Amino acid sequence: MKKTKPLLTALAMLVLGMSAAQAEYALNLPTGVTQISREVYDLHMTVIWICVGIGVVVFGAMFYSIYHHRKSRGAVAAQFHESTKVEIVWTVIPFIILISMAIPATKAMIDMDDTSNADLSIKVTGYQWKWRYEYLDEGIDFMSNLDPLSNAARQKGSTIKPERVLHYLRNVDRPLVVPVNKKIRFLFTAADVIHSWWVPELGWKKDTIPGFITEAWTKIEKPGVYRGQCAELCGKDHGFMPIVVVAKTEEEYAQWVAEQKGEAAAKVEAAGKTWTQDDLIATGEKVYNSNCASCHQANGEGVPGTFPAIAGSPVVTGPIERHIEVVLKGGGSMMPPFADTLDAVDLAAVISFQRNAFGNNIGDAVQPSDIRSRLASSR
Amino acid sequence: MTAAATTHDEYHDHGPAKGFMRWIVTTNHKDIGTLYLVFALVMFFVGGIMAMVIRMELFEPGMQFVDPQFFNSMTTMHALVMVFGAVMPAFAGLANWMIPMMIGAPDMALPRLNNMSFWVLVFAVLLLASTLFMEGGAPAAGWTLYPPLVLQGGNNLPFAVFSVHLLGVSSILASINIIVTILNMRAPGMTMMKMPLFCWTWLITAFLLIAVLPVFAAAVTMLLTDAHFGTSFFDAAGGGDPVLYQHLFWFFGHPEVYIIVLPAFGVVSTVIPTFSRKPLFGYSSMVYATASIAFLSMIVWAHHQFTVGMPLAGELYFMYATMLIAVPTGVKVLNWTATMWKGSLTFETPMLFAVAFVVLFTFGGFTGVMLSLAPADFQYHDSYFVVAHFHYTLVVGGTFPVFAAVYYWLPKWTGHMYNEKLGQLHFWLTLFSFNLTFLVQHFLGLAGMPRRIPDYAIQFADFNMISSIGAFILGASQLLFLYIVVQTIRGGEKATDEVWEDAAKHGLEWTLPSPPPYHTFATAPEIK
Repeated sequence: MKKTKPLLTALAMLVLGMSAAQAEYALNLPTGVTQISREVYDLHMTVIWICVGIGVVVFGAMFYSIYHHRKSRGAVAAQFHESTKVEIVWTVIPFIILISMAIPATKAMIDMDDTSNADLSIKVTGYQWKWRYEYLDEGIDFMSNLDPLSNAARQKGSTIKPERVLHYLRNVDRPLVVPVNKKIRFLFTAADVIHSWWVPELGWKKDTIPGFITEAWTKIEKPGVYRGQCAELCGKDHGFMPIVVVAKTEEEYAQWVAEQKGEAAAKVEAAGKTWTQDDLIATGEKVYNSNCASCHQANGEGVPGTFPAIAGSPVVTGPIERHIEVVLKGGGSMMPPFADTLDAVDLAAVISFQRNAFGNNIGDAVQPSDIRSRLASSR
Repeated sequence: MTAAATTHDEYHDHGPAKGFMRWIVTTNHKDIGTLYLVFALVMFFVGGIMAMVIRMELFEPGMQFVDPQFFNSMTTMHALVMVFGAVMPAFAGLANWMIPMMIGAPDMALPRLNNMSFWVLVFAVLLLASTLFMEGGAPAAGWTLYPPLVLQGGNNLPFAVFSVHLLGVSSILASINIIVTILNMRAPGMTMMKMPLFCWTWLITAFLLIAVLPVFAAAVTMLLTDAHFGTSFFDAAGGGDPVLYQHLFWFFGHPEVYIIVLPAFGVVSTVIPTFSRKPLFGYSSMVYATASIAFLSMIVWAHHQFTVGMPLAGELYFMYATMLIAVPTGVKVLNWTATMWKGSLTFETPMLFAVAFVVLFTFGGFTGVMLSLAPADFQYHDSYFVVAHFHYTLVVGGTFPVFAAVYYWLPKWTGHMYNEKLGQLHFWLTLFSFNLTFLVQHFLGLAGMPRRIPDYAIQFADFNMISSIGAFILGASQLLFLYIVVQTIRGGEKATDEVWEDAAKHGLEWTLPSPPPYHTFATAPEIK
């Protein structure tokens, strides 16, 4: 009776979980949308049932003993204390069970490891705290950040209730778009610290390691939106770098690729024209909020001792040359170089914004074309 | 071998030094054991408060109480304080109190070294704790201290590194002492294979500590030189590799799990026979299983890193080697079950904690087998499934047996019986709230919630709230434990020498008075 408590607790939790499952709460691994994710799911379920079987036998014997061999029921202790035969049996049986698990596990591992013959390759780079996706064959290259609404709601003291945000913390400004039924090879790396790219519906996660490339592959079988997030602790905003994969049919994917190329051309044009200061500052505020505010704070005050303030900063209020250099190349041990992750328009806009916000009334601005020529000469 | 112990004819019994200095200068194994245990209990509450902060922030979605950076410091410090401040010292305390009394020795072999091991530990933990008050905060890169993230920690890094060095010194000195004591100080007739299993598990643990702690010390020193002396062990830009650190860390980190849990096996192997009124089943296979686990624990480390991009052969090797650990661990569980089988069982508090340990640790073992399967680990890794798994093994392995041991030996140490009703209440509250806290975390992990995040998506809200409620009850229940211990020290029903029915069959300590005199076994007992 006494030892049934954990079991009862477990059952109560299971029942509770089952009713919750109907309300979209997952209790188990997703079966997923790839051959690998199904293999992993099947392996997972096989092992669970083997464990349940072992549990029933071992705990069954223990609970039988707890009930029947109690002193209060008049049990008298036997004095046996070894049996080589029995001990050999229960050393050999686990061996056999383990081999039965190792066979499907080895097969799944070999399948997972085979990244050959991919139809397209995507390079994924982890940054503190966003992802960069480069389509190596298409020349498409963009950053993927936490969506602005989640970002506002997750601030301490925010008045936006997380419950009211659609896909709270699991939504991005630009998702990774991929075609279905194509073998996609991912090349992972990181710019600063180790991250880990995890979308449960694909069946795996992979660490992204600065200075190294790790590989994985997927072949998504069903169009849809699949969400995940960074799985390796990567600093302050580790919990706020989600991953969204949108799997499209081949035609829709081709259309999307064409759109991206059009947008890229428009961006180049935008960087060439001369911007008014007001336009720069307006654009810069958005760039600031999604790229700078997590450290320097939305009010520009920074965090004393950790992240310097933008308001009244000697760099921001000093000569613009130095300001541009810090933003492009990074500074201190924490600030990353933004030359790789923002385009010329965004860089010019955010620098112009910082020089004219939070009480920094410098009044000057920098044009995207200046930044572009500077980037070109430094490469 | 035991000549020194038997020729103490001119031995004068003298009590402890007077006043507060007793605790500073003591070289008595019982005093040092008490110091370790009290220190562990204090740290258990410090680490517990950190856990409360974590579960408070995770009570519902959104950021309510702390900043993400401080949250990360809490998860990091909670783990470091619990592992190095609470659980390891608790077992060191039990070793100090019990090993000499179990083998019939007058004290530990190296009493001054013993004093030093304890005080070095205190300063090591204080050094680590001081980072909480530094500008920039305590280490926040996880207890594993992975570079490059940990190198962003600024001033807290050297403090953490030096703290690890001192913790290592303390543990290695304590291990040397335990090994020397067990190998040289056994009473005549106490052969190795007659020793209580608790001594065996600690002997093996001590060797394990000496084998792996220097590697950890070296790894963190490399962090220090990378941060401050221009080396690039872990920086690809200078020809290094961040993953090298992970290999070094887990070469220490995985055996560390068994450093915690082997002495726990020893306690459980002591408690279950007493309350089953039977000898331990398969004593020699328990010894061999302990040694096999210790050996296997040193060759499986990279199963913590299946997702770093190892070659296929590496993945498969570490998977197979890890699965093998299930065999000796299974032998232990079955031997405990066989010990209870056809016994004459009673369920006083120590037995309750011991049996709960066997059940819940086995459950943690099941999820351990699941995690060992490399392809499945690509889903489980770094999710709440892992958090649930290691709390089922480490909380159950690191605290349930300590509670069992304290309730079991507290009457011997103090001469007073603890309040059995309150002890059982403590057990049931702990058991219920522990499962409430951690069982649901399996579901969270499988559903896709990563570990070490301060805020989460809405679909994880219900289970997180349940888990937090469980954690608050679990935390509060431990105040009851504190009350019971203090009450027992201050007074209570007088304990007999044997304390438990026929306990003298199960260990030399029960032949001594309760409480034992300051010096015991000045003349070695003769073991038949």
